[in-house]
Amino acid sequence: MTYLHNIGTYFLMIKEMFRKPTKWSVMKSLIFKDVDDLIMGSLGIVAFISFFVGGVVTIQTALNISNPLIPKYLVGFATRQSVILEFAPTFISIIMAGKVGSFITSSIGTMRVTEQIDALEVMGINTINYLVFPKFVAMMLYPFVISIAMFLGILGGMAACIYGGFSTLEDYITGVQMDFIPFHITYAFIKTFVFAFLLATIPSYYGYYMKGGALEVGKASTTSFVWTSVMIILLNYILTQLMLS
Amino acid sequence: MIEVKDLHKSFGDAHILKGISTTFEKGKTSLVIGQSGSGKTVFLKCLLGLFHPEKGTISYDGKIYSELSRDQKRELRAEMGMVFQGSALFDSMTIAQNVMFPLRMFTKQSKSEMMDRVDFVLKRVNLADAHNKMPSEASGGMQKRVAIARAIVNKPKYLFCDEPNSGLDPKTATVIDNLIQEITDEYNITTVINSHDMNSVMEIGEKIVFLKDGYKAWEGSNETIFKTDNEAVTNFVYSSELFKKVRQMYIEERQ
Repeated sequence: MTYLHNIGTYFLMIKEMFRKPTKWSVMKSLIFKDVDDLIMGSLGIVAFISFFVGGVVTIQTALNISNPLIPKYLVGFATRQSVILEFAPTFISIIMAGKVGSFITSSIGTMRVTEQIDALEVMGINTINYLVFPKFVAMMLYPFVISIAMFLGILGGMAACIYGGFSTLEDYITGVQMDFIPFHITYAFIKTFVFAFLLATIPSYYGYYMKGGALEVGKASTTSFVWTSVMIILLNYILTQLMLS
Repeated sequence: MIEVKDLHKSFGDAHILKGISTTFEKGKTSLVIGQSGSGKTVFLKCLLGLFHPEKGTISYDGKIYSELSRDQKRELRAEMGMVFQGSALFDSMTIAQNVMFPLRMFTKQSKSEMMDRVDFVLKRVNLADAHNKMPSEASGGMQKRVAIARAIVNKPKYLFCDEPNSGLDPKTATVIDNLIQEITDEYNITTVINSHDMNSVMEIGEKIVFLKDGYKAWEGSNETIFKTDNEAVTNFVYSSELFKKVRQMYIEERQ
């Protein structure tokens, strides 16, 4: 019953998010602030992880190809497919569930604990629109982060490949360009938009509806990370089944 | 004027408010007092519309809150100012931005008009030089004064304060009490304060409502509280030796 109640409340929150919008001049500054906090603030960690994980994927692929009949350019091909199809949209989203998700839950949760949400409510403000909508809009720029992750993942793979001596630059680039299916990019970005929605709303839900004090803010952040990750993995499976199979 | 009739509020099996009826008049400072757990905060949150009572009505100058549409409720709330126990200032904004917030949300004033109003109210609460400080850089007393400034900046009709003196030293507490009373008189607003503080009761309690176990146990003023024989009130108000002596002196003075 609790799960059903939570799911119902979550969808009511989504509906409320679009009702009675906050004054545009105020909303604009909230959106810019959230773009800075959620998107710009994540670029560093996303760039770092993407570059090195791309390198690791390349090294592991190269080391597992022992058959001399398998062409060297396959390393570039495998890296591209792994990075574009799964690593950038899904793996980075799980990391973002930890970074951005816990930030959203703890910041909204702290506002709840310190009665700042009550203060907004008393003023007659639609608090869900005021708090959640800017995060939702900011997260619509999330595909920009994922594009960077894709680019840096492949670049990291290239660096590892050349400096590790696994194949030549030409082979790697040939592999990256080989059998490219543009729909894979579409698929990756559709997933990214869905994950962006989850990343903005699930942590907001756990922050907004939390009860208790500082300890509960920590617990809510953990729960929000768990459920955001679960939903990302689950929807990743469903979307892949629907779009690629 | 706020009129409360037969207000009931429960959380699960816990019946917190058990039929409270009272009136808070315009231009008067009214205090709701009672022991911890007596239902004061729940009562105040019902007045603010943050909790929905199961039974009973609250009317604001004749408008019954529960009969208003969602948008009308929001409009009414924009006429309320609230000073929270922990001040509830927005940590990401400076003091001036905190005070300006209701103006940005609900008025079409230009930035210079808003700044003039912010300057005026910050001066009114003796914080003329605190514009660019963050709430975390302000002391408890300053935060309370900023919260008062934010509550009155949009010229509310109703002002609610939840334990405005908690955590403050006696001198600052008196400053806050006097400020609230002056503002109530100056703007002719309806002010309701939740308090534990007996100094506030004696100083500014033009009307006092005493809650006990979710019931209204007594109603009066800071004049009549000295004379009452209501056991619940006397046990609460005169629990300290100091106030017992104050009451004795008051009675002797009157005789």
